[in-house]
Amino acid sequence: MTAADVHRAILAVWRIEQPRLITSLARVLRDVPLAEELTQDALVAALERWPTTGVPEKPGAWLMATAKRRALDHLRRRRMVGRKHEMVARDIEEEQQAMPDLDSALDDDIGDELLRLIFTACHPLISREARVALALRMICGLTTEEIARAFLLPDATIAQRIVRAKRTLSQSGLAYETPSGEELSQRLSSVLEVVYLIFNEGYTAARGEDWLRPRLCHEALRMGRVLTSIAPHEPEAHGLLALMELNASRTAARTDAAGEPILMLDQNRALWDLLQIRRGMQALARARELGGAGGFYALQAAIIACHAEARTASDTDWPRIAGFYGELAALVRSPIVELNRAVAVAMTEGPEAGLAIVDRLVGEPALKSYHLLPSVRGDLLHKLGRYDEARAAFEAAAVLAGNKREHDLLRRRAAAAGNAATSS
Amino acid sequence: MRFMYIVTSAHRGPPTAELLDAMHKLADREIKAGRMLDNGGLTPLATGARVRIIDGELSVLDGPFVEAKEVIGGYAIFELPGKEEAVAMATEFMQLHKDLMPGWEGTCEVRAFASP
Repeated sequence: MTAADVHRAILAVWRIEQPRLITSLARVLRDVPLAEELTQDALVAALERWPTTGVPEKPGAWLMATAKRRALDHLRRRRMVGRKHEMVARDIEEEQQAMPDLDSALDDDIGDELLRLIFTACHPLISREARVALALRMICGLTTEEIARAFLLPDATIAQRIVRAKRTLSQSGLAYETPSGEELSQRLSSVLEVVYLIFNEGYTAARGEDWLRPRLCHEALRMGRVLTSIAPHEPEAHGLLALMELNASRTAARTDAAGEPILMLDQNRALWDLLQIRRGMQALARARELGGAGGFYALQAAIIACHAEARTASDTDWPRIAGFYGELAALVRSPIVELNRAVAVAMTEGPEAGLAIVDRLVGEPALKSYHLLPSVRGDLLHKLGRYDEARAAFEAAAVLAGNKREHDLLRRRAAAAGNAATSS
Repeated sequence: MRFMYIVTSAHRGPPTAELLDAMHKLADREIKAGRMLDNGGLTPLATGARVRIIDGELSVLDGPFVEAKEVIGGYAIFELPGKEEAVAMATEFMQLHKDLMPGWEGTCEVRAFASP
């Protein structure tokens, strides 16, 4: 084993244990940023010791004991602050004596604590970007460098976001607790938004790019699964999980051998991941059982489920999809949803009907630089035999496409439309 | 990355109650952590069958099989960031066997899926 192998092996163990470490410390310290710091200290200690001593037999227990010792040291240093901390210190000491026993480590149900941690990391007081970084760091155990690489940003940018977010958390004196009632659904939507942002960042990344980008999908999926197990009565948590599982099920089919994207209707459905589809359908069924069929994520999942259930592209139940898009459009009033509805309507009633919706969206400020608007328009125009207009639309779309592979695909479609125009 | 864990052992007979309990707790933790996607135990090999091709001849053999030594007892499917995590998980799982079922010998094979 090289030093780098040992380093990776230690990080691997740490990542499995990290949520338990941070939640246990947060429980006694009532301070998430501090708990996070001390958890990091335990990692540093492991990185210093384990390369010479070897990984201990019960690494989780070792990390827990070390982290709690750090917490205890920290509280001792602040003893003069007041008697209250002494009591907390005594609590930790008592807890520490009960540790590091394997059975209790396994018994310890951290569900509620973890939920509290997730709510804190995704607090609406923190900017959206910082919430994403904080969640990846505190819940998924990614390092600052890993987060930076995954988002194609400099380390310093992410480090700064995390520092600022932690400062906001510390200074605001936020109650470290699980919200309830009206506030719960508001706060939960902030959490789900963060998870979905992380998923999409990874999902839109083309293959062949840094492996850390697809890794974001896995972390988001994992967070979605965690949420559905610790907040099992929240339909939208199941809806989001369903949406992510069903989308991720197509990963292997989304690109060809050269890494070029393949549109969903052209994909080889034998490559769709049945295990993941099954999991997605179960999550969607659960969301519906809980009365959440009309939720923002559940509706999107329902649409993807229509595709997942179709054996071939021509079996797709387009009227049903158009109906779900109609419901979704009534719920969020988003031009992007409307654009998607146009596609489904075109498949149900013909390209003319779809184009009518798309044309109403041209000039929509929110879609000004959205490449899929001219791309969909080009597709419908092509189907209607209006090749010159289709070519122009695809070219406009190619200019707007941010991803090189998508750009190339649109150029090819523009060329095909151009050829069709000259030969017709 | 997705990994399959295949546990094989020559040991006959069920796990101890303590081991079973600890394995359930570990599985529960891993499901809640979103890492374990699927798992299952298999009924004894004696109740299974083997369909094989030897020397170009296809044959169907019902159990029990006299020559069987190492037998697959169960499997699990995990989604993890990489092989290091996969090995760490397997190590934790096997440590339970070492602690709670003395004398047990076996292998937990860790294999990455070819895709995705």
